[in-house]
Parts: sequence; C-alpha cells; structure tokens
Amino acid sequence: MNHNDIIICRCEDITLGEIREQITQGKHTLEEIKRACRSGMGPCQGRTCAPLIVNEIAKATGKPVSEIPLPTFRPSTSPIKMASLLGGDKHD
Amino acid sequence: MIKTADVVVIGGGVIGCSTAYNLAKLGAGKVVVLEKKYLASGATGRCGAGMRMQWGTETNCLLSRESVKMLSHLPELLNVDVDIEFTQNGYLMPAYSEKMAEQFKKNLVLQNSLNIPARWVTPEESLEIVPFLNTKGMFGATYCAEDGHCNPFKVTEAYAQAAKNLKVEIYTDTEVQGIVTKNGKIISVRTNQGNIQTDTVVNAAGGYAKTVGRMVGVELPIFPERHEILVTEPVEPTMGPMVMSFYHNLYCQQSPHGSFIMGIGHPNEPESYNIKSSWQFLRDMAQRLVEILPPLAGLNVVRQWAGLYDMCPDRTPILGSSPALNRFFTAAGFSGHGFMISPITGQLMAEMVVGKPTAFPIQMFDAGRFDRGELFVEPSVV
Repeated sequence: MNHNDIIICRCEDITLGEIREQITQGKHTLEEIKRACRSGMGPCQGRTCAPLIVNEIAKATGKPVSEIPLPTFRPSTSPIKMASLLGGDKHD
Repeated sequence: MIKTADVVVIGGGVIGCSTAYNLAKLGAGKVVVLEKKYLASGATGRCGAGMRMQWGTETNCLLSRESVKMLSHLPELLNVDVDIEFTQNGYLMPAYSEKMAEQFKKNLVLQNSLNIPARWVTPEESLEIVPFLNTKGMFGATYCAEDGHCNPFKVTEAYAQAAKNLKVEIYTDTEVQGIVTKNGKIISVRTNQGNIQTDTVVNAAGGYAKTVGRMVGVELPIFPERHEILVTEPVEPTMGPMVMSFYHNLYCQQSPHGSFIMGIGHPNEPESYNIKSSWQFLRDMAQRLVEILPPLAGLNVVRQWAGLYDMCPDRTPILGSSPALNRFFTAAGFSGHGFMISPITGQLMAEMVVGKPTAFPIQMFDAGRFDRGELFVEPSVV
C-alpha cells in the first residue's frame, strides 16, 4: 500500500503525500502547512489531522513532538448555523 | 544570517515579497526580507481575499486595474508553478440612498474613463446576478464582472518563490528590533537573529509600520485597527460575485473552494494591535448578512479570525521615502486594500528605490502629504 495516498485531513481531502511535500518545501509548522494546503481548515478544525501532521513534522525535523507548536485555536468550537447566531438580544 | 545587504525589506506580507521580487528584478543588488513570524502571517493572510477595480479615486482605480492585469497571468509573469486561484466573478455593490447612488454613479464615470468595465444595474438586474439578494430598499447597484478573488497565501508564496529565484534572502522568525542611523543615514538593521548593514530600508510592516517608523524617528500617521471575518462550510457554487454593501458595512463572497468568506466593519473599533475574535462579531455579522442575503442563514460557520487594517487618515497608502531620512521608504497604510493592489505596488516601490521613473506618478503619496494638507480621500472602504 502506498502510504502517501492515506487521507490525513478528512475535511479537506489532504493526503499524507501532500503533507510530506509541504514539509519537504520547508514548512515546519502547522500554521504554515495549513495556509499552503488547507489542512485543518474544514468543519472539524484540525481535530483529526493536527496530531498526525505534528508527528510527520517531528519525524522530518528530528524534533520531539512537544516542541512542535500547536496552531491558534479559533472560535467556534464546533460548526454553528448563522441562523442560530441571530437571536438572543431580546431573550427570544 | 547575511551581514550586509543593499536593501532590507521589513515585512513578509504580500507587499514586502512583491517589492523584494521587483527590486531584485531591477538589479537592486542584495535584497533581504525580514519577517517576524512566517510569510503572510499578518494582514495579508487574514484579508477577505477580494479583488476589485471599483474605486472612488483615480489612483486606486489605476493601481487595481494594473494589478488585476498582472494577477490574471501572475505565475507566467513570475515564472513559478503556483496556482493563485484567480477568479473573476465580479463585485456587486448595492446603493441604499439617493446620496450613495449619486456617489456610485460619479465613481462609475471615473472608472469607465479608465476602461474599468463597471456598470449601473437596477434592482431587477441585480437579481439576475444574485437571485437570492434581498433588494428591499435598494436604489440599484454597480457591478463590475472583472472584479473577483485571489488566494493571498498563494500570491505571497508566488512572489516569495520568484524572489528566491532571483537570490533574494527571506528570513522568517526574524524580528526587527531597531534601526541604527547616523547623520541622517541608515547604518544597519538590528534583529533578534543578528545585525545587517544596509543604507536602504523598505518599511512594509502593515499594522506595525508606525512602530518601524519610530525606530528611525519618523512619525507615520498609520494606525492598526482590528477587522473581524468568518468562513463557512463549503457548499456548491451558488453566488458568483462579491456582495459589498457600504450601508451594511459588509462584504461577502463565495470562494472557489465553496466556502463563504465575510466580514463587517465596526465604526467604533479603537486603535490597537488586538487581533482576538469576539462573540459580538458573530451576532452582528449574522444579523446584517441575513438582511441582505437571507438564505445564507442556513450555512454553518466553521471559523472566525481577525486581522489588522493598516489605516491611514485618508484611507490611501503611504508610498515613498521620508524627507528626514531619504533611504527609508514606506509602503504601508493600505487601509484594507493592500492585497489587491500588491502586484503593481511592489513594482512602483522598487522603481522608486532604485531611482527609476515610476510607471505611474506616485511621489504625491509620500508621508509629507499630511503636513501639506494634500490628502486623497478614498470614499469606498468597508
């Protein structure tokens, strides 16, 4: 089996091969890799792919996992409908 | 780290990278880019990614028109293999009052005189462009089919790659901490990674441009202002153009990826470096959005973030050197529309630095215009 075909980011369909390509190009943080290929930008916001990518960065750079910084966690915690955000002003 | 350079560019956003590439192309010698974090980590990578030619001043019309021309074949122009996701699905800008409609029609005369194909559309014609638009209260709108979208990360990456191909050195995680001057001349730039001797600096530090100016005793009237933005889950292509309403102080566009990117301006946002997200933004954004684009209430928001506009009092950038220190150049104060004019801005700045005649006259955009009282007030900014 070709491991490079394994999907690492399920929301955005990013494969292990694509992640490794970004690391080879010199992107050694989750923030940079995310901006280059969209990993972690989907509805789950990197809950599945972030630890997997951290492992790949650690392997490639020889750094321990604890030294690979996590990306900024941004609201919302989970996807929320625009319609749900509308009300509340008048205790409605 | 390199010890000497002919030009040091401060800021690894799209303006810094575009300027550095153009400097190298014009034979400016050794060019270095210094970036505090990583490329496009500031305003560039946080922007709304829209690209429009519908402006209210001649300069902004020209700068954006030339930039769109360049973006339409940027990878070939730079000889790099980067997909910058350039799309031209238009900008629709509704008017909600007699006064706004008048201003828009004035803008149209200017835009059309510069061969920008914008036109007036009635509310009925607007519905042919965005079928689910709520046209209540609308006087009409202006529409330019050749406005559109581009990926800011990819454009920055394209310029950075092209610059590196011309031997530009780009240092990320490198923070400028001071600039040493002597007798009105720049001697060196001090960073947390070492010092670089140089006599020429380009300040492309966006929201931090004022801080960099103060390192050489130059007071720039640029101030940082937080602007918030959100992105939804991706859906099938349903909305072609960017919808931008000055009445709602809102913009909203579906990206080629399928997600909707939208933001609002806040009139009471204070000057600060704050880039934290607020819960108030989610509510305000949702309330205003459903007024104008009701069906989008059904979309899921997946992420919100914020970035800094580098605001200038007249909402026109400062492009030029400083009278007190003539090898200290500033390219900042873009007031929310730096990304879309970055291709031509980088070229003009490089021409100015190497002492070539610029493709357009830009000497009046120096910081001295505020002392002279010669402002260029751009009316069309969210």
